[in-house]
Amino acid sequence: MSKQFITIDGNEAAAYVAFRTNEVCSIYPITPSSNMGEWADQWAAEGKKNIWGITPTVVEMQSEAGAAGTIHGALQTGSLATTFTASQGLLLMIPNMFKIAGELTSTVFHVSARAVACQALSIFGDHSDINTCRTTGWAMMASGSVQEVMDFALIAQKATLRSRVPFLHFFDGFRTSHEVNKIEVIPDEVMLQMLDPKLIQAHRERALNPEKPVLRGSAQNPDVYFQGRETVNPFYQKCPVIVQEVMNEFAGYTGRQYHLYEYVGHPEAEYVIVIMASGAETVHETVDYLIDRGEKVGVIKVRLYRPFASEFFVQSLPATIKAIAVMDRTKEPGSAGEPMYQDVLTALTENSYEGWKQFQQSPKVVGGRYGLSSKEFTPAMVKAIFDNLKQSKPKNHFTVGIHDDVSFTSLTYDPNFNTESSDVFRGVFFGLGSDGTVSANKNSIKIIGEETENFAQGYFVYDSKKSGSITTSHLRFGPRKIRSAYLISQADFVGCHQTVFLETHDILKYAKPGAVFLLNTQAKPNEVWDTLPRVVQEQLIEKQCKFYIIDAYNVAKLTKMGVRINTIMQTCFFAISGILPKEEAIQKIKDSIKKTWAARGDAVVQQNFAAVDKTLENLFEVPIPSQVTSKIERRPAVAPGAPEYVREVTALMILNRGDEIKVSQMPVDGTFDTGTAQWEKRNIALEVPVWDAELCSQCGKCVLACPHATIRQKVYDPKYLERAPKTFKSADYRGAEYKGMKYTLQVAVEDCTGCALCVAYCPVKNKSNTALKAINMAPQFPLRETERENWNFFMSLPDLDRRNVKINTVKGSQFLRPLFEFSGACAGCGETPYYKLMTQLYGDRAVIANATGCSSIYCGNLPTTPFTKDEHGRGPAWSNSLFEDTAEFGFGFRLTFDKYREIATHQLKALASELGDDFIEELLNADQSDEAGIYAQRERISALKNKLKMIESPIARDLETICDHLVKRSVWIVGGDGWAYDIGYGGLDHVIASNKNVNILVLDTEVYSNTGGQCSKATPIGAVAKFAAGGKPIAKKDLGLIAMTYGHVYVAQVAMGANDGQTIRAFLEADAYDGPSLIIAYSHCIAHGIDMAKGMEHQERAVLSGAWPLYRFNPQLVLKGENPLKLDSKPPKLKISEYAYAQTRFNMLMKSNPQNAKKLIELAQESVEAKWYYLEYLANMPYKRTQAN
Amino acid sequence: MDLSTTYLGLKLKHPLIAGANPIAATVDGIRSLEDGGASAVVLPSLFEEQLTHEALAIHYYTTIQADSYAEALSYFPQPSDFKVGPDEYLTLIQKAKTSVEIPIIASLNGFTDSGWIKIAKEMEKAGADAIELNVYYLATDPNIQGIDVEKHYLDISSSVKKSVKIPVAVKLSPFLSSPAAIAKTLSQNGIDGLVLFNRFYQPDFDLEKLEVIPNLHLSNSDELRLSLRWIAILFGKISADLSATGGCHTHLDAIKLLMAGADAIQMVSAILLHGVNHIQNTINQLSIWLGEHEYSSIKQLKGSMSHQNVADPSAFERANYMKVLQSFRVS
Repeated sequence: MSKQFITIDGNEAAAYVAFRTNEVCSIYPITPSSNMGEWADQWAAEGKKNIWGITPTVVEMQSEAGAAGTIHGALQTGSLATTFTASQGLLLMIPNMFKIAGELTSTVFHVSARAVACQALSIFGDHSDINTCRTTGWAMMASGSVQEVMDFALIAQKATLRSRVPFLHFFDGFRTSHEVNKIEVIPDEVMLQMLDPKLIQAHRERALNPEKPVLRGSAQNPDVYFQGRETVNPFYQKCPVIVQEVMNEFAGYTGRQYHLYEYVGHPEAEYVIVIMASGAETVHETVDYLIDRGEKVGVIKVRLYRPFASEFFVQSLPATIKAIAVMDRTKEPGSAGEPMYQDVLTALTENSYEGWKQFQQSPKVVGGRYGLSSKEFTPAMVKAIFDNLKQSKPKNHFTVGIHDDVSFTSLTYDPNFNTESSDVFRGVFFGLGSDGTVSANKNSIKIIGEETENFAQGYFVYDSKKSGSITTSHLRFGPRKIRSAYLISQADFVGCHQTVFLETHDILKYAKPGAVFLLNTQAKPNEVWDTLPRVVQEQLIEKQCKFYIIDAYNVAKLTKMGVRINTIMQTCFFAISGILPKEEAIQKIKDSIKKTWAARGDAVVQQNFAAVDKTLENLFEVPIPSQVTSKIERRPAVAPGAPEYVREVTALMILNRGDEIKVSQMPVDGTFDTGTAQWEKRNIALEVPVWDAELCSQCGKCVLACPHATIRQKVYDPKYLERAPKTFKSADYRGAEYKGMKYTLQVAVEDCTGCALCVAYCPVKNKSNTALKAINMAPQFPLRETERENWNFFMSLPDLDRRNVKINTVKGSQFLRPLFEFSGACAGCGETPYYKLMTQLYGDRAVIANATGCSSIYCGNLPTTPFTKDEHGRGPAWSNSLFEDTAEFGFGFRLTFDKYREIATHQLKALASELGDDFIEELLNADQSDEAGIYAQRERISALKNKLKMIESPIARDLETICDHLVKRSVWIVGGDGWAYDIGYGGLDHVIASNKNVNILVLDTEVYSNTGGQCSKATPIGAVAKFAAGGKPIAKKDLGLIAMTYGHVYVAQVAMGANDGQTIRAFLEADAYDGPSLIIAYSHCIAHGIDMAKGMEHQERAVLSGAWPLYRFNPQLVLKGENPLKLDSKPPKLKISEYAYAQTRFNMLMKSNPQNAKKLIELAQESVEAKWYYLEYLANMPYKRTQAN
Repeated sequence: MDLSTTYLGLKLKHPLIAGANPIAATVDGIRSLEDGGASAVVLPSLFEEQLTHEALAIHYYTTIQADSYAEALSYFPQPSDFKVGPDEYLTLIQKAKTSVEIPIIASLNGFTDSGWIKIAKEMEKAGADAIELNVYYLATDPNIQGIDVEKHYLDISSSVKKSVKIPVAVKLSPFLSSPAAIAKTLSQNGIDGLVLFNRFYQPDFDLEKLEVIPNLHLSNSDELRLSLRWIAILFGKISADLSATGGCHTHLDAIKLLMAGADAIQMVSAILLHGVNHIQNTINQLSIWLGEHEYSSIKQLKGSMSHQNVADPSAFERANYMKVLQSFRVS
């Protein structure tokens, strides 16, 4: 059988086998496992078959708990069933996992192991999730490479069928799940031969079947439960033997022999590291390197983590060992040691009396932690671990990879220690998320991996911003299997795909001497040298680099490629890297383009061909002068005036040097100060809005719409202009309320993302040239210096007194300072304008519970976060609990604030003699329905504090800690539709049923945006999404109508772009309503496949078509005898197709499945009309009579 | 009454055909047009540029954010099969051919030289009885000369004509400096028919939003006169068949066009306004009119008031314009 190689990532490798060897896949998206389910879904949609000729059924559930329950059911009725998950998702599966194991049911769950949220959420890899499953009774197999992922997926599948013990097959999230590597494919015939039909039949025989009925899942009493638990022991005792036998069988088919505990190293090794998953590959590489230099070292790769087979483990150790370091990629605070360390200690202790193996001396055992949340684990760190073992008293419970200056657990290591072979080509590429750099590199790996004899590896690092995000690609090509599971530090090729990175990042530190440096720049070959920062010139000269430039955006413009420069930069790489002969490489790129994009049409292929050809004409080598001439210095990471923590700590994260941050510099409990985003001047916009002061009507719409709060308006006394910068713009205020004052609309050009949403939303056109509006886009760079000065001056102008602002109008509300600014949300984001509005209206007294998802990332992902404070130091207090519990989390906030009031009432009354009854009465019954009332209450509390100071009483001291909460608290529960409609719906439903005063804001993008466009129950009929590739067949769940049925819930459906006044009214009414409020906000999204600048227009069309009717349901109106439902939009005016087909999520179905598209759009039209009819009926009901009934 | 005619070499039971209209975008619609009495159907134009634009747009929006963010390496499923080419249109031709008896005339608006030829061949292969080239070309660039526009028409039509065996008609713009000359050249180049004239989308302004609104309103009988004149002028002078489009709403309109010399008349707006049965109603009334006026066939009528067959040919020329003005003054 000829060997077939493919280049894929770990997730695809797992899904490849799982899809072929199962019948049912039930999933829920969670990073970094989502892609496994997506692959399975795509293959099922394409009608691909498993090895028995059946297309597996792939279903997306409402949560991982739901997915696990479905799998449990499918297994109990005899299916071969699987799922894919990670982290919190795996935790949600644990209850079912106990059941599945207790019932001795064969299945494999594939897990891309990820950190569990503790002091913070992290999407990155470690073993804290799989370690929470140790008590479930599942076997666990660890894969350390993409090849092992494919192999162990099959070995686990066979082993579970033989042993009846369910298997958790895991590999490192991102490091392996997202690493692209060239691997040998397991042929389907091998899978068929391995999976004996008799085993499958036996699995089915055990299934529930009314033809031969049984009962399973009984409740047992103290008399028998214990005995029942002990019945499974033989199965676990046999399991390791079975796994080894399956590994041997697998080796017979493929030649790849694995062992439960794989020893690699010197036959007489004295020092051994025990480790599992990808870290084992790095240790393996380092061990080979050290042995070549005379060291007696080795590594045990733990393949079977559970059941931990102590005898097998002990037998795998060389008899010569003196010391062992057991490396755990997890942390268990309070334990005697991390779990695998304890396993090894137990095994060696048991060996001392079982006598499985005689060692020349009793080995010392130490445990260490490494690689939490994908922290780098490098050969230098491995060397440090071995060096530690050589000590007479090695450090135990150590850490490696960090600088622990608090508990002093960390080992020091030499970062310059390097084991990389010289015959491996290494390339590092820096790109923008949106420029296609990663896609290009994935393609390059595929070309080299599949079209040449070389092995290939690619790993990609993304930053945490959704706009202007930087990606770093690490590519290796070489003649042998590449084990290096760590980032490249010394590259043969460095590509900088955005010139602006040179202003802030040390790109050339990755270049080894003589490396090729490719820069995408608008500068001409004879000018480019003078545009480089001084330090870059120094490095180019010192390292004797070869320097090439391309104006990729010009080539992209010439070939109509938009902002995607992937094909162009890839062509450059192949043309100058020398990794393949140039002509051959170019032809392979073209072949690849044709193969990849032929299905998208000839136009797409030809466009890319043109880009390839045009690139070669525009690629130039630039001779490097011998002298440094530049006086350009790198921009500081943070703006002047930043607080110390931002300067000393946050700045390092911004500069991609966060690994240097010491333990003592991190907060002990995950608490951070707000107001940090203002210091990170990202300068990511090529163009920014410029205000036309004469034309502007001062309506405030652009301020409202700006997703990043980079456009602000103020009115102020003309006297302030005396010290204004020369270019500062100002106009007379238009309106009676601030007559005689000046007005300025100011843009923070260094924080702007250049989305142009504001320009599209501006309603004022130039009378002489209708192409121009009251704000217009212009290049950012020439404006940067002057507008920075203008912005700083603008921010120094006083804000209006909130009591004097008409907050119930668009214009008025936009004089309130946003306390949510410069987030990392996508350029043109449709969610953040609502979020920002909420902070303008209530930010100084808001406490926010935020569901996991896009909003939790742009709100809470380091390095900088967007919430900030007003001039009094007040601002939103924000936290994220989980994805599934946000309503309950916020509900807890409310209970606390209600309890505080109760306690304060009690304490105030206890101090009545000192404080006076009238004062207490005022404090407790203050009218806080408007800003004046809030202000007055704050004054009272200030007075209260002064009075309390004078009272010597424990009650007074206690009251001082809670009296601030006598100001009305605005509790906001915020999340996306994935949370509100799916995973968190049960909690949301319960919380709105509670009648407590919480405000729920659903940022409805109608799809799981953060994890990449999976279908939710909010996805509308006819829209394409992952897990709805053929178009969503049923209508969107109507969350608003469901909530209305309670009668006591305030419900509003809003779309800012269609009616911004209605949006503001809804926010005001929701906060004013003393009960649960639900605002469902249409949020356009990149997952809709639209020009984000036109987001507000899409919102308008959604409303005009009836797809998104606007309404407010206010239970308070019932008290006045009015119908509580007010429709705020008119009957549908546009056909649903006129709205939908302007968006890729709908119109792509016309190309992928036209017949279904036509059917679904007709159904959508019917659905919209029926919904409107129903709403109209409800809104026109004679409500009094209904109430009487 | 012999109402039969021949257009593009196709035998038609009568001269009234359904011009390119949205009803003809589905097989059911085409069937209803046949049931409504149409003697042939021109399918809505396939716009190559639109296909290209759609393909590039879908590609752009489904890949623009790919591989840019750790949690979402893509935002859309990637179907392996995208029908981004003319497949759907070709399927319509195939299905129409098996569903109706009347001739199916495909309509093509190409964008690239290769596109015109490639798609025309595919239309022929799909079973189209003829192709109407909708050279929808507005010379908005002041640097483009009239001769360039004419060359564009001639080059495209010649290329397509050479590439296919089925008849080819060309739909002309009314904004050519010498329509007769280009009609003659096209005819000499072997083009089988001319369609007079293309009704371009006419932009309108939204005065509140200060936006240009693309607009196409339905025609009325007054618009008939443009094609009436030029068909009358061309009749008998070129070998290509002549088809009128734009403004034929009633049997009287049809009679006028036939008298001018039309071999076929394309009805669109009237069908959209009155339904598909309007075709048969018109034919019935036309038949009655012919009988009442003692005509025995369409052939007898055709071209009877053409430029070459009227007593005063100058009525079609500038003098005609003057006369209208004078008569207006007199009245």
